[in-house]
Amino acid sequence: MTEIFGIPTQALFGQLLIGLINGSFYALLSLGLAVIFGLLNIINFAHGAQYMMGAFCAWFLLNKLGLSYWWALLLAPLIVGATGVVIERLMLARLYKLDHLYGFLLTFGFALVIQGLFRQQFGSTGLPYSMPKGLEGGQNLGFMFLPNYRAWVIAASLVVCLGTWFMIEKTKLGSYLRAATENRELVQAFGINVPRMITLTYGFGVALAALAGVMAAPIYSVSPLMGADLIIVVFAVVVIGGMGSIMGSIVTGFILGLVEGLTKVFYPEASNTVIFIVMAIVLLIKPAGLFGTQR
Amino acid sequence: MTNSAELAVSSRAEARKGLGHQRVAFWLMVAFFAVAPFAIYPVFLMKVMCFALFACAFNLLLGYVGLLSFGHAMFLGMGGYTAAHAAKVWGLTPELAILCGAAAACVLGIAAGLLAIRRQGIYFAMITLALAQMVYFFCLQAPFTGGEDGIQAVPRGKLFGLIDLANVNAMYATVFVIFVSGFLLIYRIIHSPFGQVLKAIRENEARAISLGYDTDRYKLLAFVLTATLSGLAGATNAIVFQLAALNAVHWTMSGEVVLMTLVGGLGTVFGPVVGALTVLAMENYLAQLGAWVTIVQGVIFIVCVLTFRRGIVGELARWLNKPL
Repeated sequence: MTEIFGIPTQALFGQLLIGLINGSFYALLSLGLAVIFGLLNIINFAHGAQYMMGAFCAWFLLNKLGLSYWWALLLAPLIVGATGVVIERLMLARLYKLDHLYGFLLTFGFALVIQGLFRQQFGSTGLPYSMPKGLEGGQNLGFMFLPNYRAWVIAASLVVCLGTWFMIEKTKLGSYLRAATENRELVQAFGINVPRMITLTYGFGVALAALAGVMAAPIYSVSPLMGADLIIVVFAVVVIGGMGSIMGSIVTGFILGLVEGLTKVFYPEASNTVIFIVMAIVLLIKPAGLFGTQR
Repeated sequence: MTNSAELAVSSRAEARKGLGHQRVAFWLMVAFFAVAPFAIYPVFLMKVMCFALFACAFNLLLGYVGLLSFGHAMFLGMGGYTAAHAAKVWGLTPELAILCGAAAACVLGIAAGLLAIRRQGIYFAMITLALAQMVYFFCLQAPFTGGEDGIQAVPRGKLFGLIDLANVNAMYATVFVIFVSGFLLIYRIIHSPFGQVLKAIRENEARAISLGYDTDRYKLLAFVLTATLSGLAGATNAIVFQLAALNAVHWTMSGEVVLMTLVGGLGTVFGPVVGALTVLAMENYLAQLGAWVTIVQGVIFIVCVLTFRRGIVGELARWLNKPL
């Protein structure tokens, strides 16, 4: 068996693949957080809970309504995004004039309620979600075995991330969005319905989280607390990347997933904490984050 | 000249009048904790006092410097683990074990503070949360913490080598003294010139800088103080319950102390104490219902943020038109 630095290549590439998978989820989730933060100035603590709702939604669609994974991929983000729209209209919209911290605390309350309700209903153990048809099995690449589903997750999340980036940076709708981020009153004065844009932006960010949840369902089991610890890691990713740039949060997400995977190979004890350590180092060297601007 | 001197004197007298109410409230609180053990289970009250001290320490940072730390559990937990280890493995007397716990939290506070104060606002909350999660994983894996089991059967020992704390009354008196001293220290900090500068930073940091204050140093010192006092609370809690466990370092604990402070009243002197009592009493009643505790906590968070931002004591103070 071939080895690199005394590590079998099979293990090395295997962990790098897992790292890329985790990185896909970090990128999708931190992208959603960055989009929401850009316009609403709120850090959405419920993001992890909404990711979990996406996974549960897929589970329901499959087991209660018999709708396949591909339907879930379309419907779950719409359904969970719609709940996000309701939450924004009924509650978050009242807080924009206050300190941002209140929005953070409100969404934290939501996360507790949502996770509590699901735990009450389904217990803490996970529910299995079967591999979608057409993506079972895998390819033997010679140096490693690549399961089809994992390749799909990486490709799909790359496409979604880049699509979002394109929409925000290159289209007319995105230019409205960026303008409203800079100066809300001025954009409103031009006759654009900013409150509606804010609502839809929150819904879109939530839908991204739900989409990540659906993609995660066949890999990790579907459980009420699947997003609870993940969201804290994503916060660290956001601090490392800085929330100034959309591309920044995508790149940071993938890189940190890889860093975590490599740590699992070389020093497994630190694999849980490596992202937090990176965060501490980045704060010492470049407090605004790798792609951020201090404000 | 005389005019301004007179003004100063009269404003000082007015301030003293305002503080008169706080003195009354303080003695009411002391009387409550002195009499309550005759009617309420003392172990529950000791828990309340530990968490009240924890919440007061937390409020020093959020209420008076305006920094939301979402990782205060790391100080509570680190204080608890260190005190439990010192009492059980090193065989120290309880007062030394508790001091060890506070010192450990102080060191952790310096390290975490140096990193966290580099960013403000929402980033500060995320950074402290991430650092606390790192401490959580450390406590899960470190050899001396006992992993999932925690440190169990910690001896309460003899205070100063003389008074046996296995006696509930002696233990209660010790916790009472620690709580009241911690509370008075925080009160003193808030009303000192240092505390005035902290409030100035909360209101307008840029202006405080332009007045020549090195705000980073003030923020760091405030952070270390709140960390140390939280560690003191955690250490006392560990000695009382003879247990240091992972739940004290988990992020849910950081959320709980935010909830206590929010319910009681942000930036009020007595709010965190009332909040701790309220939240713990609620948890005590709902304890058998499992996940419902989390749900109710979440609902209280939402209600407080949407409609009850002053908290219990804040509303009371507004009604009396006096600072409490």
